[in-house]
Amino acid sequence: MIVAERKPMAEIIEMVNGCSRILVLACRGCVTVCSAGGEREAAVLASLIRLGMKKQGKTIEIIEGSLVRQCDKEYIDAIDEWKGQYDAIVSTACGVGVNFIANLRKDTLVFPALNTTFFGGSAEQGVWIEQCAGCGDCVLHLTGGLCPVARCAKSLLNGPCGGSVDGRCEINKDTECIWQSIHDRLSVLGRRAQMEAIAPIRDWSTAGHGGPRKTVRNELTI
Amino acid sequence: MSFEPKITLFSCHYASQQSCAEHGKELQELGFPATITMVRVPCTGKVQVTALLKAFEDGADGVYVVGCPAEGCHNIKGSVRAAKRVVAVKKALEELGVEAGRIEMYHLPRGLHPEFVAAGVAMDKKIRALGPTPFQI
Repeated sequence: MIVAERKPMAEIIEMVNGCSRILVLACRGCVTVCSAGGEREAAVLASLIRLGMKKQGKTIEIIEGSLVRQCDKEYIDAIDEWKGQYDAIVSTACGVGVNFIANLRKDTLVFPALNTTFFGGSAEQGVWIEQCAGCGDCVLHLTGGLCPVARCAKSLLNGPCGGSVDGRCEINKDTECIWQSIHDRLSVLGRRAQMEAIAPIRDWSTAGHGGPRKTVRNELTI
Repeated sequence: MSFEPKITLFSCHYASQQSCAEHGKELQELGFPATITMVRVPCTGKVQVTALLKAFEDGADGVYVVGCPAEGCHNIKGSVRAAKRVVAVKKALEELGVEAGRIEMYHLPRGLHPEFVAAGVAMDKKIRALGPTPFQI
């Protein structure tokens, strides 16, 4: 899922300053699962905005709404339910959601309530960890299913580096050396020889270095 | 000008078990501050962040939660969850430039006992020192 976290309140309060009516718009997709921008978090945010404005001696009218997702045109259309009732939308979706609203509602002011952080999963309750960098050229079949692009601090494709100590990363001792883990896992799977294969120089254009990426599936287009 | 604080207490059924005895008269006689409005809940683990913030929105100068001892919650982890939510609200208050001490968590044994009253007295004293809520228009 896409993992995100709420922006500092000072930043959000500054965004909405000057607005008298806002729509705090939750997303029931990934950000609900990572407890950053679902209906519950949107309710907390609305309360904090009201308190923050009160502290400045101002009032603000807040409508709380939510969409199934904010990354599909069909769902964005549901925003029209609140048409004319707000000066700006504060979206608790990931950056994709904010972009979609901006793309599809030319005259609507939209602000991001979250910082979109990474593609990850829930390691345990309340803890999310990055697992994928969305680099567009997956090498997981060569690395025992563990991603060196997202999980190695240096994104090495021919690891480990010389800084790996006792299976920990030299950048942060709390982080496992993913190349050590790849080695250990390939050994268990009887595929350790794969470690000796030299990965060629990578073309990073698929990772966004060639500009915004786009996927077209002609069999699905209308 | 004298300031009479408005304090909201969320207390679990167990920690405040005897507080309703004789319609709260006994509590008053023991010196429990009249500035405190108690909201009894089945378990403090049920108290969401939104409920804590709503108390401030409704004009509370201070808020506190009284739940079971951390190691002896009737519902196993309810009071620990409540304590974490109180910490989350403390952080949010700080982000808004407001004293984190306006909200506190207490873990107390069940029944009416001096500690329950003492926690109320301590909150009353602290909020009087902090002054009126900054969330006023």
